Amino acid sequence: MKQLFSFIKKEFLHVFRDRKTLMLLFGLPVVQLTLFGFALTNEVKNAKIVVADYSKDIATKQITEKIEASKYFDVEKSLKSHDEIEAAFKTGKIKLAILFPENFNENLLHLHKAQIQIIADASDINTATTLTNYISAIVADYQRQLMKDASIPLTITPEIRMLYNPELKGEHTFIPGIMAMIMLLICVMMTSISIVREKELGTMEILLVSPFKPLMVIIAKFIPYLLISFFNITSILLISVYALELPIKGSILLLYSESLLFVVTALAIGLLISIQAQSQQTAMFGSLMATMLPTLLLSGFIFPVENMPLPLRIISNVVPSKWFFIIVKSIMIKGAGISVVWKETLVLTGMMLFFLTVSLRKFKIRLA
Amino acid sequence: MNSTVIKAEKLTKRYGDFVAANELTFDVRAGEIFGFLGANGAGKTTAMRMLCGLSVPSSGTASVAGYDVYKQTENIKRNIGYMSQKFSLYEDLTVMENIGFYAGIYGLTDKEIKEKSVQLVDQLGLHDSAKKLVRSLPLGWKQKLSFLVAIIHQPKIVFLDEPTSGVDPVARRQFWDLIYQAADTGITAFVTTHYMDESEYCHRVSIMVDGNIRALDSPANLKKHFSASSMDEVFQGLAREAKRKED
Repeated sequence: MKQLFSFIKKEFLHVFRDRKTLMLLFGLPVVQLTLFGFALTNEVKNAKIVVADYSKDIATKQITEKIEASKYFDVEKSLKSHDEIEAAFKTGKIKLAILFPENFNENLLHLHKAQIQIIADASDINTATTLTNYISAIVADYQRQLMKDASIPLTITPEIRMLYNPELKGEHTFIPGIMAMIMLLICVMMTSISIVREKELGTMEILLVSPFKPLMVIIAKFIPYLLISFFNITSILLISVYALELPIKGSILLLYSESLLFVVTALAIGLLISIQAQSQQTAMFGSLMATMLPTLLLSGFIFPVENMPLPLRIISNVVPSKWFFIIVKSIMIKGAGISVVWKETLVLTGMMLFFLTVSLRKFKIRLA
Repeated sequence: MNSTVIKAEKLTKRYGDFVAANELTFDVRAGEIFGFLGANGAGKTTAMRMLCGLSVPSSGTASVAGYDVYKQTENIKRNIGYMSQKFSLYEDLTVMENIGFYAGIYGLTDKEIKEKSVQLVDQLGLHDSAKKLVRSLPLGWKQKLSFLVAIIHQPKIVFLDEPTSGVDPVARRQFWDLIYQAADTGITAFVTTHYMDESEYCHRVSIMVDGNIRALDSPANLKKHFSASSMDEVFQGLAREAKRKED
């Protein structure tokens, strides 16, 4: 136990002595959160939108004027068909389209209710939500104005359609996404680099010749990064709750338990990479390839998995961060308990056991 | 002082068809400085790794410090020290931290670590640098520190794998003084080297060529036997027969 403690102390000395690593370890979560949190969720300015007015009456004109007056939108008025609008969305020319059906004002006056269709490109969830909220607010504001003059209640119902991602899956998902990414990066990269460094320096041989057990080497390598990861999770959660005002709906204990599961998986992947890699550069490159790319592309963090072609959807199942991402999202945003996420937890546990077994076995083989 | 601490009999390591070490038979006596010579690729490191419990022999038997290399590697590890040609210190830790770490993983108590650290720093005259990063030390000092750290737990045997590569002749001489000091305290030294002048410092020398031990005796006897004036001549005579290319 004392031996293990000496080793862990040494690992921490490595971490704290290297300023650059230290900045990376503790600065990365803050930078990432700031980037994603503020850059992505903050208000959108001059978003290109299309207003297709098939009614052209006083009410639609007034609403359009109100929208134009807002600095958030860059309005193009044209009578586009549904297909044309769809095409404009696909090429990314517009972020949102507003359709006034025919006889808007007439409906409003005689039937006391009218509809506006708001279509948004929900593949960029944050922008889509922000924009539709603005439009709805403007419409609601107009409705209140009308009500003041009229004795009968008038209702304008905005019918919102989120294109490409109708259920808005992934709202505020950047927090779980960042958690997954940072833990993977730190655990996989730091473990693999620190083990490969011992190989390069020749200190690994000394360790293997010493009575210190190889398994202990691994545990000693794991513990510092495990602690640092938990420190980072805590800071991410604190920032998200207090600075970004995104509450954690589910159990915090469950959140940490699932994180532990994921961190150990990540550490095992790092170990596996370190066994294959011969130099620190290889280890770093391998870690980036193994963590950043799949997490960014296939975890659902940035691109919804549901909208991917089938082969990619299948591949995404072997990406651990996808499962962790689902779990954290469910716990944080939907307030889910273990009874909801037990399947995902099981998959992640399986992955952890797989990577741990394979890497430990390979580590032993290399010794023989 | 004539008890045997390393005993190898027909110790062999094969990698597929390649025989890296072929039926090595030798013994090393307690307190001896045993030179293990050979060109690069002759099989020195392979033999040493088998004795240290880092690699499992293909056939033959061997015991180190009285323990079997097949079954009792854990006991062997407790009784040996090892220093590689890379010196194997952590460059981003200080002298004291390196000493503390290695002493720690060998299970020395805090009190022992403190005593040892003071003793080591004294022995090396490193007082001014004790709190400096190892990175900033000259190579000769790193090498000496590396050796003293390898024997910090007073092992029965210390294995030195080309410990003097890359350092100047003065530092090498000083390093051998350290080995003699260690031998005086009863530590057996098993040294591989390819500096022939160094082999003169050993009590006995074995010379490996192409995976086989071709000669084993004291430097004086070897020179007599091969009627050579120096160990270098002895070695050149044997090495000429080598078929393997250096790698």
